[in-house]
Amino acid sequence: MVNEYFLPVIGLEIHVELSTNSKMFCACPAKHFGIPPNTQTCPICLGLPGALPSANEKAIKDTILIGLALNCQIARTSKFDRKQYFYPDLPKGYQISQYDEPISVNGRLEVKSQKSKVKDVIRIRRVHIEEDTGKLIHKKVNGENITLVDFNRSGVPLVEIVTEADMHSAQEAKEFAQRLQRIIRYLGVSDCDMEKGSMRLEANISLTKINPKSEIRNPKLPNYKVEVKNINSFRFLERAINYEIKRQTELLKEEVTPRQETRGWSEADNATIAQRYKETEADYRYFPEPDIPPMEFSVSFINKIKISLPELPEEIQDRLRKFYKLPQDYLDVLTKDKRTLEFAEKALKLAVSQKVDPRFVASAIVNQKADLERKSPEKFIKELLDKKKEVVSDEPTLEKWVQEAISESSQAVADYKSGKLEALAPVIGKAMQLSKGRANPVLVKKLLESKLKN
Amino acid sequence: MDITSLTLKEIKEALDKKDISSYELCLACLKRIKKFNKNIHSFITVREEVVKEAKIADVERKKGSKKPLLGIPFGIKDNFLTKGIKTTSASHVLSDYIPQYDSTVVSKLKSAGALIIGKTNLDAWGHGSSGEHTDYGVTNNPYAKGYVTGGSSSGSAAAVAADFCVAATGSDTGGSNRQPASYCNIVGLKPSYGRVSRYGVIAMASSTDCMGLLTKTVWDSAYILSVIAGYDRLDSTSKEVPVPDYVQEMNKPFKAKIGVPKEFFDGIDSHVSKKVENALSILEKKGHKLVSISLPYVAYAYPIYAVVQTSEVSANLARFDGIRYGNGREYFGDEAKRRIMIGTHSLSSGYADKYYKQAMKGRTLLIKEFEKAYKKIDLIAGPVYPFPAFKHGERETDPLKMYLSDVLTVPANLTGHPSISVPIEFVNGFPTGFQLIAPHFSESRMFKVGLDIEQELQMYKVKPKLW
Repeated sequence: MVNEYFLPVIGLEIHVELSTNSKMFCACPAKHFGIPPNTQTCPICLGLPGALPSANEKAIKDTILIGLALNCQIARTSKFDRKQYFYPDLPKGYQISQYDEPISVNGRLEVKSQKSKVKDVIRIRRVHIEEDTGKLIHKKVNGENITLVDFNRSGVPLVEIVTEADMHSAQEAKEFAQRLQRIIRYLGVSDCDMEKGSMRLEANISLTKINPKSEIRNPKLPNYKVEVKNINSFRFLERAINYEIKRQTELLKEEVTPRQETRGWSEADNATIAQRYKETEADYRYFPEPDIPPMEFSVSFINKIKISLPELPEEIQDRLRKFYKLPQDYLDVLTKDKRTLEFAEKALKLAVSQKVDPRFVASAIVNQKADLERKSPEKFIKELLDKKKEVVSDEPTLEKWVQEAISESSQAVADYKSGKLEALAPVIGKAMQLSKGRANPVLVKKLLESKLKN
Repeated sequence: MDITSLTLKEIKEALDKKDISSYELCLACLKRIKKFNKNIHSFITVREEVVKEAKIADVERKKGSKKPLLGIPFGIKDNFLTKGIKTTSASHVLSDYIPQYDSTVVSKLKSAGALIIGKTNLDAWGHGSSGEHTDYGVTNNPYAKGYVTGGSSSGSAAAVAADFCVAATGSDTGGSNRQPASYCNIVGLKPSYGRVSRYGVIAMASSTDCMGLLTKTVWDSAYILSVIAGYDRLDSTSKEVPVPDYVQEMNKPFKAKIGVPKEFFDGIDSHVSKKVENALSILEKKGHKLVSISLPYVAYAYPIYAVVQTSEVSANLARFDGIRYGNGREYFGDEAKRRIMIGTHSLSSGYADKYYKQAMKGRTLLIKEFEKAYKKIDLIAGPVYPFPAFKHGERETDPLKMYLSDVLTVPANLTGHPSISVPIEFVNGFPTGFQLIAPHFSESRMFKVGLDIEQELQMYKVKPKLW
């Protein structure tokens, strides 16, 4: 009994709004953020009598692309279904979604493991396409609390990605979500902006009793699960999961099974709050959408999309690692977004042709990210070379800056010492700043690493 | 001669020869509506403005316009959306609903020059086989006061039969065009599923809804179908099959091999089956070949239809949730509530396997059975209704008895095949129809064979005596 402990079992459900020109089933513009309410609507997305949906081919292709990027099997036949429920933001009384024949299934995405160097594989259960709902706006008008509906968002293409419950910590879930965001951004199919709601996270969290001697990799799923909604940042995802782990652990220690329910993350309370509790599962009365014929995807159709699949962050990192021998923490920063990567690729190429150490260039990019937007890679390299002439590699001088940087970055230093390797970057940055950019960053990094090791 | 009694073909000729004008025609129709509609209840909305539009059409014609339906007054079933014209679907739920857009059929008719003389009555939402489930007054059969017209396109059928308009649109989900056509001595057309756009018609059962016509003759039906048929990018279930000139196709010589399924005569009123047999022998005399066939799954067609249709109805009516259209859900009539409840039950978890999914399997078998039959025959023929027109209120209180009206028309809706009802001899003074069902997109075949019956019996010359 003593050796038993509770292992968190976490699955994610992620919704991503596609940045197609038009909505999923009509010709209205899909871009809705900051647009005056109800100015981008038509009979179809308003669900007026007699209106019929016509599926957006681009959105279907984008969904297949996401499926391919997540190593999914792409269905050869797929269809839409009606998911029926009543809500004022759902004008037809049903959402056109996909039920038993999603566009893709059985994918996987690797994340860095917390405990070992081996990567953890998170299985993707399904990726499907559906339509977004309208948006309810709760307002006080003339002293009266009322609810208004904005249908600009109604019918915007929405991709749902569901993972298996393969994650075991808040950190891992966050890592997964961030990785997914980066991939989808690289695909160019969504801006995945959580503030604007184009990426939405929901987490299923439960705890299972584990005997450490038994196989941890295939834990038995608990007989309950708590769904947490209203998570609109990675930080909140981490906090909400940690909160739930703590809350559920306390209940389980008292031998109380947590209630199966939907909870919402409350930023104000820094806690999850119970929202909805149902004895039974909701019955959505799914049935095939009769207004849209079933879809068939030929091998050549899927292959054409496969060919358009861009190089993804992982592959790029592998390539840069092999070619330029760059360390992982640099690679993570350089591949953070497409723009930084494009800049880095050009600058690194120039560095090689001008016989400059690529690691030196990479470190400069990592530490001077803010300036990059206004410079061309050519100019950047030239300035770097000019500066290099006055680069300080003299150890006692470096030592002074490094020591000062350490004392000024106590949080980052603590993080680094506790194993968060990426926390070193801000400390290097600090030292570089103190040197007014003259310190040799490669040496600074080495020096810091040796100092903080002890 | 009263110009309202002319067929579309005759009116077109008279207009071309300048014997009549659209203005005169519309005025005469309006006059008739004013005089008799209060007893017939075929219209929910009558448009007096049509005479002004007719004048404009006459000017256009003088200028040489060749629009195929220029200045022809149509009745539009009140579940077809008409921009700016109240569209109620004969339910108080939509008593004030004025659409922002035209259904595709209506916009095609308008482009062809047709005029809207009014919106016609129906069983609310299309739910019915008698015209009695309406919130706007039960439609009277123009041939028999106090008797049903059949439904759900009750108003369209009565209006065409009563010469209130030249032709009318109708939606056929389980027989709604063929049934009232049969009881009102006119031609009722249900084209192939996917032949005519459903866009802008208030959906009843999306997978069986077919937009069609109620006309005085087969020629009229064929002629108008060429106007309203065709692929519509707004209806993903419409098909990109070329639209022929159906009138031209109809006049090509053709001798059909007609399958007569014995199941279509099981439990049929003997007087009805006798008249249908007479019609079959006319066809035989005209050189068509009759083949006795068996379609055993037809016995399950109605139960399958009842589940599929109500399931789709329950989803399609969900949008009338009381939030957007003024009137709340309490305005739904008993029949709509009945279908919503049955459909919701059929799709509920724990029941869907037993009802909805089972029905879908049955539907597939029925389709296969028909496809197999069409390998050996060109057309299927039989009655439309199993019994002649009944009195108002006679079946209304017993839904199951009412649903029996649909047994012979629903198979074509489930299989998606085109079907037509052509008038044959009266049964004890009540009009009766003869049903033809053709393979997918072979409407021309049923027009040709239907025309042979029409030319022989000339039922369109028998007019009702209105009161």
